[in-house]
Amino acid sequence: MRTNGARTPSQEPRIGRRSFLAGSLATAGLGLAGCGAPAAAGGRTPLRQWNLFTGGDGARMVEMHEAYRAEHPGIDFRPTTYLWGNPFYTKFAMGAAGGRAFDIATLHLSRLRGMGAGTLIDPVPADLLAEYGITEDTVLPNVWEKCRVDGELYAIPLDTHLVVTYFNREICESAGVLDSEGGLAETSGVEEFIDLIAAVKDATGQYGLVMETTGAWRQFWSLYRQLGGEMTLEGDVGMDDDKALQSLDFLRRVCEEGLAPKASDAPGTPANFQNGIAGVMFGGNWEIPTFQAAGMDFGMRPFPGVFGDELGQGDSHAFVLPRRREPDDEAVRAAVEYAAWMLKNSLTWAGGGHTPAYLPVTQSQEYAALEPQSDYRVAAENVQFDPEAWFSGSAAALQNEANSLFSGVHNGTTTPEQALARFKRAAQKLLDTPAPV
Amino acid sequence: MTVHADTAPAGAARSRPADPGVRSLVRARRTTSWTGLWFVLPFTILFAVFLAWPLLAGLWTSFTDRSLAREDASFVGLANWQEMLTDSAVWQSLWVTLLFTAISTPLLVVIALAMALLTNRVTRLGWFLRFSFFAPFLLPVAVVTLIWVWLYQPGFGLVNAMLTTVGLPEVGWLTNENTVLLAVAITTVWWTVGFNFLLYLAALQGIPGYVHEAAALDGASPWQRLTRITLPLLRRTTALIVMLQMVASLKLFDQAYLMTNGSGGPDYAARPIIGYIFDSGFTGLRIGYASAISYLFFAIIIIASVIQFRLFARKGDAA
Repeated sequence: MRTNGARTPSQEPRIGRRSFLAGSLATAGLGLAGCGAPAAAGGRTPLRQWNLFTGGDGARMVEMHEAYRAEHPGIDFRPTTYLWGNPFYTKFAMGAAGGRAFDIATLHLSRLRGMGAGTLIDPVPADLLAEYGITEDTVLPNVWEKCRVDGELYAIPLDTHLVVTYFNREICESAGVLDSEGGLAETSGVEEFIDLIAAVKDATGQYGLVMETTGAWRQFWSLYRQLGGEMTLEGDVGMDDDKALQSLDFLRRVCEEGLAPKASDAPGTPANFQNGIAGVMFGGNWEIPTFQAAGMDFGMRPFPGVFGDELGQGDSHAFVLPRRREPDDEAVRAAVEYAAWMLKNSLTWAGGGHTPAYLPVTQSQEYAALEPQSDYRVAAENVQFDPEAWFSGSAAALQNEANSLFSGVHNGTTTPEQALARFKRAAQKLLDTPAPV
Repeated sequence: MTVHADTAPAGAARSRPADPGVRSLVRARRTTSWTGLWFVLPFTILFAVFLAWPLLAGLWTSFTDRSLAREDASFVGLANWQEMLTDSAVWQSLWVTLLFTAISTPLLVVIALAMALLTNRVTRLGWFLRFSFFAPFLLPVAVVTLIWVWLYQPGFGLVNAMLTTVGLPEVGWLTNENTVLLAVAITTVWWTVGFNFLLYLAALQGIPGYVHEAAALDGASPWQRLTRITLPLLRRTTALIVMLQMVASLKLFDQAYLMTNGSGGPDYAARPIIGYIFDSGFTGLRIGYASAISYLFFAIIIIASVIQFRLFARKGDAA
């Protein structure tokens, strides 16, 4: 083709190139114009929400958002979902630091300090929130207190979620560990609980209890708090070694005596419970939809009081407002109104297992009718939050350290003493690191 | 054909100027070279914006206390570098990375070679074997880890079921600090060996049949033909595969992260150096410190590549 000299192809490509360039410039211009287009198109208030809910939680949040949209035609509501944990929190931090990301976002309350209350996160105007009916009196005091930093309100709590006890009704019935109402018998003290688990083990023929051995922090912190253990993270790591060792030794013992699998990771734990390898499971209350979908006959109760009260490690999903360099009252009002609406409509949210933070919902008849959610609603009062530091909380460094180090206690490769010493060293290292927030 | 097509317009362009003097020739040549620059410009811009600039920015960041959660950052000199040298987690994760490379590279080379030798001769159903060996490589890492996390489960996983069938005890593949890295390596081999297999297969098919025929006529046994003919002729391919594979293995991150649920495994036995960079930078929010570790790792990869290049370049000449 090109060897054919009679043709004069030089003109055409040149025009082509020019028109191509002109075209691309025009396209780029259009694109830029699109970027700069006024956000409030058609006079609707834009409201950008970021969250970390996928799976069953995500489906419920979408359901709530649809209802919210239908009731708020004046709001141009734009939710964005990122994956739980690091994928969300990295974007949260960068988005909030950049100042143009979201108008309201979800956050684990345990991360409130670590994600920059006061630097990346603005206080919630409490009187504005009260206008929409959310006050101190409508939320559990322990959760409300976690929303405050240095006396100022920084978050609007949606729920509490914590580690609880699941039981397979069929297995537990044949093991004879159900009470007259069909719930798992209440135990007090280590030996009573061990006896119960041993009876369940006899019924399954394999194990009595299953829990996440690669995520031991939740169990450890529950037990340690039951013993009255504190952890202070200022200057030096303050821990009660005896109580910590007692807690770790309980975890070691149930595995060593064959009452629980020595190794069970995040996907394996609910599967073990569902397969009937164990009749009792320690797990987060958000696993409900998994077992409901499987059509299991199961019940729930609070984390057992092995060392005292039925305290369980937990956290709370809350809404926070980003730091704004330029005040935007309209956006803040829309965001607060949205959060209040979500709290008042959190019965839908409770379907996924979380206990709503808004008391009028948990005290309602509709909530009481939710099975097995209402069976552990008292647990929300006993939720044990993680110790406070920039590196503590859900998906943060301290939990990672504990999970990686304590799994050796479960499978017998490390002793509780070794694991505790390593954990304290790791925590001290985090303490010595200059805080990035 | 293509040669003609390319040269003809060049000649025409040269004869087009009215004065075919030396000066215009030089100018024409210069124009040609400038035209060339326009062609590489898009790549140069992309290279500068997405590689050169971030490289320099990263180096600068390693001397600051830049955080993911703050806008400002201040110069801290060599503080990050000093901290890194005394941070045992850096050296542990580096050791995990090297160990993984040492386990996975030989397996990925030898198994790929064995599979290529097996499939090279098969004519009927050969397409099926080639496809089967290469298919895992097409899967995204999330799918691969999802499959293998279930296979490794104690109690009901396929791998442990097979072990117990032959009378061996169950292994807590992903929950035991002694096996977790091996488990990640096995998954990686299953997933990526298909690529090396293809390279080997292509090289094998490039060895002319008459060489083998002649050797067979001279009475060489199949084993002699393999060790004296096939393997020496594959040496350049082997060098290439080993080099690509070592760099790929050093860059371990995704499958280890996903298979240990981001925890790095018991006692961080499966947290590679990139995992630690991720933990420091994204979980710990310390971008400055993470940049310093990245630079350490960058230097190690460069050194490893240079050493390999030297070793294999010499062998390549000999072949």
